[in-house]
Amino acid sequence: MYKKKECVAMLLAGGQGSRLYSLTETTAKPAVEFGGKYRIIDFPMSNCVNSGIDTVGVLTQYQPLVLNEYIGNGQPWDLDRNTGGVMVLPPYQGKTSSDWYRGTANAIYQNLAFIERYDPDYVLILSGDHIYKMDYSEMLAEHKKNGADATIAVLEVPLEEASRFGIMNTDEEGRIYEFEEKPKHPKSTKASMGIYIFNRKTLADYLRRDELNPNSSNDFGKDIIPAMLADGLRMYTFPFRGYWKDVGTLSSLWEANMDLLGSEPKFVLHDRDWRIYSRNNAEPPHFVGENAEISNSIVTEGCKIWGVVENSVLSDGVVIEEGAYVCDSVIMSGVRVGRGSQVNYSIVGSGTEIGAESSVGRPKSAAEGITLVAPGLTLASGTVVPDGTMLNASGTK
Amino acid sequence: MSAAGIIFSNIHDANIADLTRMRTLASVPFGCRYRLIDFTLSNMVNSGITNVNVITHYNYHSLMDHLGSGKDWDLARTRGGIKLLPPFVSAFANNRNALYETRLEALKSINDAVTHIQDDYVVMSDCDVICNIDLNDIINDHIEHGADMTIAVKHVNLTPEQARNTTMFTSNENGEITDIMSYPTDFSGEADVSLNILVMSSSYLKTIVLDAIAHNYVSMNRDVIGRNIGHANFRVYRYDGYFAVISSMAEYFAHSMELIRDAGVRRELFETKNRPIYTKVRNSAPAKYADGAKVKNSLIADGCVIEGQVENSILFRGVKIGKKTVVKNSILFQDTFTGDSVSLNCVLTDKDVVIRDGVTLSGATSMPIYVAKGKMI
Repeated sequence: MYKKKECVAMLLAGGQGSRLYSLTETTAKPAVEFGGKYRIIDFPMSNCVNSGIDTVGVLTQYQPLVLNEYIGNGQPWDLDRNTGGVMVLPPYQGKTSSDWYRGTANAIYQNLAFIERYDPDYVLILSGDHIYKMDYSEMLAEHKKNGADATIAVLEVPLEEASRFGIMNTDEEGRIYEFEEKPKHPKSTKASMGIYIFNRKTLADYLRRDELNPNSSNDFGKDIIPAMLADGLRMYTFPFRGYWKDVGTLSSLWEANMDLLGSEPKFVLHDRDWRIYSRNNAEPPHFVGENAEISNSIVTEGCKIWGVVENSVLSDGVVIEEGAYVCDSVIMSGVRVGRGSQVNYSIVGSGTEIGAESSVGRPKSAAEGITLVAPGLTLASGTVVPDGTMLNASGTK
Repeated sequence: MSAAGIIFSNIHDANIADLTRMRTLASVPFGCRYRLIDFTLSNMVNSGITNVNVITHYNYHSLMDHLGSGKDWDLARTRGGIKLLPPFVSAFANNRNALYETRLEALKSINDAVTHIQDDYVVMSDCDVICNIDLNDIINDHIEHGADMTIAVKHVNLTPEQARNTTMFTSNENGEITDIMSYPTDFSGEADVSLNILVMSSSYLKTIVLDAIAHNYVSMNRDVIGRNIGHANFRVYRYDGYFAVISSMAEYFAHSMELIRDAGVRRELFETKNRPIYTKVRNSAPAKYADGAKVKNSLIADGCVIEGQVENSILFRGVKIGKKTVVKNSILFQDTFTGDSVSLNCVLTDKDVVIRDGVTLSGATSMPIYVAKGKMI
């Protein structure tokens, strides 16, 4: 017996995230660590739960092992439910056809059966690579109020950046009359956040129709939305005024981490009204040693700090040894920074050991760019990783 | 071989009366993010014991809140899992409904649950046993020697004050118990002290309980162990790892500070491979250090926001340290809020305490100042 759900969320988590380089070599982008104790996917998942949505399909494809294990039965997000809850949806073999997910729309198309079991009135489409806190129930209320067929969450962006986004051109009521993907001369500054609510039956119709079109790229932005607009469907924007960040590149991932710092951070994690849930590792509280100095930083469970940490985000189980100095950096779980080493303006992947007296990156003011050290490496004592480079198992790039 | 666990959650409450006024000893916060029972529960879970009975007496709401369904200890199970056993009050007027006072009386009152234990062995433990131990070592030792009861002991040097709260055993070179001493008032020096972890077969436990009911026995130490020394095969299991038992506020403070001072203790308690200590997950954000924060020699839990100075202290989850505030040699429980320019030395604040701007409090390590739950100063 399946209980009817008003709204089912579909979370697209199959992206490779190739612009995160070695961080996504063996993990899908949504499983990349963020903000000390989180992974990117914790944000949309927690948003769902906090918005009262208890049925979430997570579409995985690329390197799903870590992600699948992380989601598990959904218990950390309170998504282990008798009906609904979280369900990981990988591509599968069917009787007549079997295929990888060929695009965002195709991924949902292949899982229409999952959606239809809950007979929902609405389907919420999310992506697993954004950091933000959003109450989807407000968006759904707006969708219903407008009597819309589709509602797209939009963010006001500066005009000079608008050509990097999918831009919605709307009338005064927020009804969309035109959608332009990365326009050279943007007419509006309303950028799509990749968050859609559709009436379920309408969505199913368009997905089935799109599937029959051999020339379609089976993508929401390129195919489904334009087709709906062309047919004159009621499509509205939902303006979002809060923090939202696409963490698809090394610099944006670094920036989003830094946005957690400061006396008035751009993005607030210490928010008891909108908790972000994550899987817990049963690590002890963090220990701060005799000569440690920590300022403007985030530190979490399992860390041991004897050195100096400034403007940095440390994930669980990080060890900063005596005399080491870490500044303007994102240090992922289980990293050890050896005695007397310097880490500046860098992202260090999980489990990497940096030997004593090493130097990673250069101070931000002088650096060529951000430095990336791949996960799982062991750097010998005295290693120098130049600024603006990427170090992985086969060497520096 | 399978074993069930029985935990006594209210034993020794009187030892730290301040902290147990509104909670069981089992739910007394310890070690920056834990409650005392987390150690016993984690030891059981890490030793493969998945059927755990927690006997409660009074004040157990905070314990129920902490344990929830048991999922954070992996004890939300279809078969077994965690079970709270509050006092069994009978509806029949001619039954005496007095609350039990001893372990044996507690066991008598849950005779029904005891009878239904399906596991081969039973591990009984108090809730204030701070150690990281593989209980299988005791169970295997018990089986190997065909013992009737095996009691874990540790050789320690006791002060008279500690001895007054301790059960000690003398045993011969084969580990057979030859004498028992409970709560002596005139003892100090070296002794084998009970960890209050007992192993026996479930059938032996059933016999003990039925026998105790028949003879109206009330004390495990006096009536069961004491009476049968020499007749039954009672043995000690010598444990030499870290073990702390809390018999006074000063000891609570000292053992807490030991976690800061002694990296070896931290390693053994928290970093023994495959034996993590579990606790209730609270989903706090990571700790945040502001510009101008100055922290050394301290244990800090998630959810803290630190703008001031912290030294030799333990901050539980969600503690806020204001600007120009100095906290030294102190333990601040969950959600303690300190304003700006506060000065604390040797202070223990219970949950949800608020210390307003400019307040100074200073105690001594042997007599820390205790601020009760929810108080505002």
